[in-house]
Amino acid sequence: MTTETNNSAVEFTPERLTKAKEIIARYPEGRQKSALLPLLHLLQEQEGWTSPEGMDYVARMLDIQPIEVYEVATFYTMYHLDPVGKHVIEYCRTGPCCLMGGEEVYAHLKNRLGIDAGQTTVDGRFTLKEVECLAACGMGPVFQIREKYYMHLTNDRVDEIIDELSK
Amino acid sequence: MGIKILTEHIDVPGIETFDVYRKQGGYTAVEKALKTMTPDAIVEEVKKAGVRGRGGAGFPMGMKWSFLAKPEGVPRYLVCNADESEPGTFKDHYLMKMIPHLLIEGMIISSFALGANKSFIYVRGELMYVIHILEKAIAEATAKGFLGKNILGSGYDLELVVQPGGGAYICGEETALLESLEGKRGNPRNKPPFPAVKGLYQCPTVVNNVESIATTAWIVNNGGDAYAAIGIGRSTGTKLISASGHINKPGVYEIELGVPVEDFIYADEWCGGIRPGHKFKALVAGGSSVPILPANLALTLANGEKRLMSYESLSDGGFATGTMLGSGGFIVFDETSCIVRNTWNFCRFYHHESCGQCSPCREGTGWMEKVLHRIEYGHGHQQDIDLLVDVAKKIEGNTICPLGDAAAWPVASAIRHFRDEFQWHIDNPSEATQPGAVYRGEMALV
Repeated sequence: MTTETNNSAVEFTPERLTKAKEIIARYPEGRQKSALLPLLHLLQEQEGWTSPEGMDYVARMLDIQPIEVYEVATFYTMYHLDPVGKHVIEYCRTGPCCLMGGEEVYAHLKNRLGIDAGQTTVDGRFTLKEVECLAACGMGPVFQIREKYYMHLTNDRVDEIIDELSK
Repeated sequence: MGIKILTEHIDVPGIETFDVYRKQGGYTAVEKALKTMTPDAIVEEVKKAGVRGRGGAGFPMGMKWSFLAKPEGVPRYLVCNADESEPGTFKDHYLMKMIPHLLIEGMIISSFALGANKSFIYVRGELMYVIHILEKAIAEATAKGFLGKNILGSGYDLELVVQPGGGAYICGEETALLESLEGKRGNPRNKPPFPAVKGLYQCPTVVNNVESIATTAWIVNNGGDAYAAIGIGRSTGTKLISASGHINKPGVYEIELGVPVEDFIYADEWCGGIRPGHKFKALVAGGSSVPILPANLALTLANGEKRLMSYESLSDGGFATGTMLGSGGFIVFDETSCIVRNTWNFCRFYHHESCGQCSPCREGTGWMEKVLHRIEYGHGHQQDIDLLVDVAKKIEGNTICPLGDAAAWPVASAIRHFRDEFQWHIDNPSEATQPGAVYRGEMALV
């Protein structure tokens, strides 16, 4: 039984639908639930966040209960469960980055944006999230925006990046 | 410079493409394996090589392979653990990004040896750009007949699937990884049954780290004995070390196991020494979970001999005076580092990443984080140090998976070796909470 509430709003674009079907076909017969994490990434890539409607859509696509999607989406930190700004800055707060001045640069970034972790700027351009180790410790301090890693951060470099993304 | 097994060609321009990789001798091991060797013969070479799991546990890979159950008519799986998330560790990230075909080649050889026809590479979701690199490499290898049906006319079929994670350190634990790969929360499973008997989809499964799998190409080409001749004692071969912290040249280095820790830190070909004007205070040698050591114990064993970069030498002395090679996440601290703050930081990490299944870990990591936080921020109680030791002791060994141990060890070892620094925070809260304040009492800086 799948819920049929308020979920017609979200649908994959034709290209993403093709991609979704390719992903589902990678797993053995009857193991299509393995596609859940990849499909949630695909959903978030399209919608910007992992909305309840989107999760219900993925549940129907995989023929699983919506709760099976919710329990997964809430376990993993990459899925944004609330709407986010245009650019989500995921800032590494873990030890090795801190040794390289990560805390000072982070303070500067927060000042510059005028927001704290978990918040979005009033213009909706930036959301700031704190994340744990991004496996780039030798290049710290590090943050990530979507797929791109920004490394060896300094206050000046942060200003440059924010200026660039504010254009 | 020492022998390079994994990174010899890593700086060749275009090495990420099939053609350049092939020109450097790539995929000859697949040809040799599929055309001239039986799966059992490959397993035998890997056993002889003595290569130990490079993800952190150090379990012999050949032995792990030989445990794989082989019931008739049941598929077997090989899953590559590319969920690299242990703070201080970034070697797999580097290897996959720079030379993806080395992992693909290793996956083909290993899958053939284990009799798997569908294998997975589970990559942490944050590395989506690396996933694209691997997928491109797989498409190239497939187009050239090294993947897919009837590879090189051998009759062997293999499909490789790259699976993204969703952001959860715990999925680096092999059974949590399998749960995640089945589309579930990453809760580790009780063992037994071990994955070798019931793993992915309840079928026999081997889970190996990226670096471990990548060694198989060289082992097939050169033989297990040749691999075992490299390194020292039971620490055979080479190891990728991710070096970070207060050193002149952070980065990923492939070393022959057995190099003295001192050389690794100070020699120009590796870390290039502590940053100018500073002194060496402490070392985390194998990722955030292994015990932290003060500089003198990092460089020398309790008996005064040089400590080496090997499984045995790093753990010499047990946890009293030793540590572990772990994942090779080598984090160097100079005298400006506050051990209390770093311990709190690591503990926050483990609290954040605990899956919540076992109470000792779920609750204990949270309590340790809170107590460490109050010590660091000037509100520590006199009994807090003993309280931390007690909580750490009650987590260790009492959880389904090793995350509990991984959280307990950094706390217990920091107190073991830097107790005075914790005490100073508790006794001098106003001084200790000044910006940039660091304990400068008696300790051996190098």
